[in-house]
Amino acid sequence: MARRGPLVGEFFMNGDIACAEGGISAGCRFFAGYPITPATEVAERMAARLPEVGGTFIQMEDELGSMAAILGASWAGVKSMTSTSGPGFSLMMENLGLGIMLETPCVVANIQRAGPSTGLPTLTGQGDMMQARWGSHGPYSIIALCPSSPQECYYLTIKAFNLSEQYRLPVLVMADEIVGHMSEKVVIPPPEDIPLTPRRQPTTPPGEYVPFQPDEDLVPPMANAGDGYRFHVTGLTHDERGYPVMTAAAQDKLVRRLIDKIEVNKADIIEIEEDGTEDADVIVCSYGISARVSQYAVELARGEGIKVGMLRLITVWPFPEERIRQLARQTKTFIVPEINSGQIVLEVERCAGGKAETLLLPHMGGSAHRPETILEAIRSAVK
Amino acid sequence: MNDDGSEQTQEMDQYLREDRMPHIWCPGCGIGSVLHCFLSALVKTDIDADKVCVVSGIGCTGRAAGYVHLDSFHTTHGRAIPFATGLKLANPELQVVVFSGDGDLVAIGGNHLIHAARRNIDMTIICVNNFNYGMTGGQLGPTTPLDARTATSPSGNYERPFNIPYLAAASGATYVARWTSMHVRRLEQTINEALLKRGFKFIEVIAPCPTVYGRMNRQPTGMDQMRYYQENSVIQHGADPKDVDIDLNGKIIVGKFIDIDLPTYSDLQLRVEQKAFGPEESKGEAVKKKAATAASKSK
Amino acid sequence: MKIWRKALDLNKVKPSRGQIEIMEDRCKGCRFCIEFCPKHVLEESKAFNAKGYHPAQAAQPEDCVNCGLCEMLCPEFAIKVTEEEKVKEVVRHG
Repeated sequence: MARRGPLVGEFFMNGDIACAEGGISAGCRFFAGYPITPATEVAERMAARLPEVGGTFIQMEDELGSMAAILGASWAGVKSMTSTSGPGFSLMMENLGLGIMLETPCVVANIQRAGPSTGLPTLTGQGDMMQARWGSHGPYSIIALCPSSPQECYYLTIKAFNLSEQYRLPVLVMADEIVGHMSEKVVIPPPEDIPLTPRRQPTTPPGEYVPFQPDEDLVPPMANAGDGYRFHVTGLTHDERGYPVMTAAAQDKLVRRLIDKIEVNKADIIEIEEDGTEDADVIVCSYGISARVSQYAVELARGEGIKVGMLRLITVWPFPEERIRQLARQTKTFIVPEINSGQIVLEVERCAGGKAETLLLPHMGGSAHRPETILEAIRSAVK
Repeated sequence: MNDDGSEQTQEMDQYLREDRMPHIWCPGCGIGSVLHCFLSALVKTDIDADKVCVVSGIGCTGRAAGYVHLDSFHTTHGRAIPFATGLKLANPELQVVVFSGDGDLVAIGGNHLIHAARRNIDMTIICVNNFNYGMTGGQLGPTTPLDARTATSPSGNYERPFNIPYLAAASGATYVARWTSMHVRRLEQTINEALLKRGFKFIEVIAPCPTVYGRMNRQPTGMDQMRYYQENSVIQHGADPKDVDIDLNGKIIVGKFIDIDLPTYSDLQLRVEQKAFGPEESKGEAVKKKAATAASKSK
Repeated sequence: MKIWRKALDLNKVKPSRGQIEIMEDRCKGCRFCIEFCPKHVLEESKAFNAKGYHPAQAAQPEDCVNCGLCEMLCPEFAIKVTEEEKVKEVVRHG
């Protein structure tokens, strides 16, 4: 058996495998995970591929351990990721919070299935979107990306790694079962064409290094364990030295920065895709597999002469508030199809602020919306 | 290695975050003594301190990571071992030490403990056992002896406790020892030996918790508990771990119970990779690094 | 059994002597050092430290044999024992 190294070329692969290959291309060299449908293929691919590129794969005893292990690996200076689905995602919430608090770059891919609880393991859902935002306790900000195709699983996993290094936090790739198990052409460019964000290493020598003293963009440089910096990090509220400080003032200073480092850099983080929104009477706003179905419905509606736009959220968190506010002044209705009982619609409604009507198309999971359902909603919106 | 006290003290000071003293532990608590033993054991190895990582979970003992002037991680409750697993496997050059309490490692983190032992991940676990959850006010823990009173067993504990050395040994730990925080010399020697050995090494240290556990069990000062250890400890090297249960007010069997050599997780991983990918020229970068590390360790 | 020779350096061998330094304000009065010192060098001070404890103090410092047990037992990192010869050398050279 020969070692293949990072792949280059055109491949026919499913979203899970593309996600793993995105990790490999991004320089991920440590994966810890636990088998769970429909995300298992990410782990299986990593088990085969990481040894080929000099990385390490470990199948942990549970998702609590998986998330903890990728944080540890990241502190050892190695880009790391895990993948899971709903039940495992719930278990990861504990150490996701630790990742936020320790400002640890890493990537979590959630191939969503229908819940609650064990739900429909083999069938799709988008019910973890608010959990992605708020699932770990306490106030914080997060970055979550939603791929709509295997190609995007590949690309957004790379982007997730870059954002995680740039802003020092766990970044979530919120795919779903259909996208994860759908096989399509995936183009993998040569490594030199893939821009990668390196870890921000300290420029000060050990002894002068203050682990949580931020640069101008509010993100502090990060030393690797074993490099002689002898730093301390804690999940407790801490000062810039990383030492615990149990006061409201320290909490305010730290948590405000953890949130602001995402909020003030939102313009650089957010990626959305718009099609015909400028003069639209109605805008379908969706993400992931639901956006793909919506796109088809939008094209059918245009065939009927309806002025309908499509807004696809590639970055769901931080939420593209500003753009929704602008569009709310131009359009009459937002239609939000999502495979849950209404999560992202709450954000759209909040940003629309009563300037445009917001209509939810819920789906409890197990399949995607039928395009006819969305088409019917578009029709009645312009009636 | 230093035989004279002065140099050792000075060197040990470098490993302690003096700017964080005094620590939060109560008068008569034994965790400080155990931390002292760990640091002086570390000084007596030739391990590069820059490569040492201390990982703690949550609880009184979990605060230990915050007091060592080494790369140190105060993580979440029970997850010190998987965090440490990530550190170690991502960079095999690191010397990883998990320093945490019985509740953290054996109750909420019990699953991680047994699986890391099963995998024989190369790390040293120092488990301070004070028989209860001290930080939260003295609730019963996985090690609380039968009949002991705690905040959540006010009339006496009716849960059978874990015998931790037995658990660790049965799970596959290649080095298992137990001391009390009174046995400072032997504990230091044991930690020193464990640090220099490869594999999953587990050291249980019985330590006083006068403020809550002791007060509720007629040993209201640290000194009461230390005297109890002095009078009731029985050194039995090589004792079968299944026979080292601890009863309330009973004997405490201490010593080195297990010391065997088995291939570590990384050794077995390397063996499989070499089989899969063939000889030297096809080896990846990390595999070379792993091999180099293994080589430097064995000299 | 007849002793046929003495160690040549017998007259030069002296028991090690230690100098005990106690950082009084770190002491929380647990008494471990006092109780376990094999030479009973230490005792509880009558004075209070900044935290309100009676710290340990060296009552018979001349009896200290530099075993370092008090230093290792001290949970507060409050005791340092230094070999007296070393102390003198530092004074002489440093």
